[in-house]
Amino acid sequence: MTTSDADIFEELCTLMQPFNTEKVELSLETDISADLNIDSVSVMDFVMEVEDKYDIDIPLNVLSETRTLKDLVAVVRARVEGA
Amino acid sequence: MDLMQKHAHLLERQQKMLQAGLDEVVVCIDRILSPTHAIINGRETVLAGTNNYMGITFAESCIEAGKRALDDFGTGTTGSRVANGTYAMHRELEEELAKFLNRRSVIVFTTGYQANLGMIAGLAGANDTVYLDADSHASIYDGCAVSGAQLVRFRHNDPDNLAKRLARANDEGEGGRLVILEGIYSMYGDRPPLKEFIDVKREYGYTLLLDEAHSFGVLGENGRGVAEEAGLEDEVDFIVGTFSKSIGSIGGFGASDHPLFDLIRYATRAYMFTASPSPSTIATSTAAVRELAQHPEFRDRLRYNSKRLHEGFKDLGLKMCCDVVSPVVAVHVEDEASTVAMWNALLQEGVYVNLALPPGTPNNSCLLRCSVSAAHSDADIDKIIELFGNVVAHRETRAAE
Repeated sequence: MTTSDADIFEELCTLMQPFNTEKVELSLETDISADLNIDSVSVMDFVMEVEDKYDIDIPLNVLSETRTLKDLVAVVRARVEGA
Repeated sequence: MDLMQKHAHLLERQQKMLQAGLDEVVVCIDRILSPTHAIINGRETVLAGTNNYMGITFAESCIEAGKRALDDFGTGTTGSRVANGTYAMHRELEEELAKFLNRRSVIVFTTGYQANLGMIAGLAGANDTVYLDADSHASIYDGCAVSGAQLVRFRHNDPDNLAKRLARANDEGEGGRLVILEGIYSMYGDRPPLKEFIDVKREYGYTLLLDEAHSFGVLGENGRGVAEEAGLEDEVDFIVGTFSKSIGSIGGFGASDHPLFDLIRYATRAYMFTASPSPSTIATSTAAVRELAQHPEFRDRLRYNSKRLHEGFKDLGLKMCCDVVSPVVAVHVEDEASTVAMWNALLQEGVYVNLALPPGTPNNSCLLRCSVSAAHSDADIDKIIELFGNVVAHRETRAAE
């Protein structure tokens, strides 16, 4: 399965919508927790949507080192390719 | 840099709640009158949010045992279980509990929080993977973090979601796989579909740790918990429980039939690097275990009270968090401001329940959470229902109009 970073970013933005209650404009540099002002549980719930979408597991340990959407794009790509 | 600045947003939230009508952010109980009544802000109040499921906090045998232990053994052990903190009474409690639970061995921890920390970090290591339910208690999340294991979160009460994740990992690594479930989830009061989770266990293989914090002493014919109720105790490898709910004291435990289980005592820091429970705590806990063994009618009474409250709320048309009868009876409220206002109105009318707000709740929900006690009288339950009718159902209807 080949997935470009741009495709993944676009998908993440769609999945982020219900969690982005303050309608912050999203970019690769957006800090998922700090810029969107959402709590740690919401971040985990968002990531669960990502996991289901791509049929991958993103362990919470990996998540603790994932700050921006760009970081998350890289995690998703690595996990999809590793699968 | 001021390290405290990162918490400044909490102050804003507190001020918002005070504006919504709270007297104080944290309730202060002036005097406890009984397991179910207290004086709060000078008013006699029915306690409907204390997790005191068996209403055992004033049982004569427990209080007598606690007083005797204070007289005979002093105020504290001043030491760890692995140094000077193991008294004969600590072992006696472990034996009494093992008998109650029908397990080979029990390890007592100083608090329920530490029981989860100690058990999870004792079982899982850096090469293992822990699969935890999304709605797990904070002590489970913290135990997982301390363990250093890979942490995979699966959808709440969803055995298929767990199976999918186990299947994905099947060809990965050599480490063990620990799945953690709870007997009753504390916020909504729902139980896990244990049989379906066990089917997944048989298919994919994992070690099961079941946290019976809210179900130990409460569910099952003999009070052994949700696994006894479901007839699946043989499939549960390790149990965690607490003394701060059905036992009415403080402390926690792990239990298992595993022949090496007692080695956890020398392998987990939450057990070794803390003082053991005080003599009076141990004595009251042991007396309470005996009370629970001798009085199955407490569980009948709790079931009866839970059913009455559950049905009373349902008749009011409240949005129930859980559709089976459970000693945790929680209802959804639309938004944070009205939840705070309703909670405050209930308190002023003389009923204390739990105010539960995100992020401590599933799905960002706002809840009014009751926990039922075997010690509640019919009049207490009637009062709770009546006030929820006046405060919650009435306001929701008005809002809808």
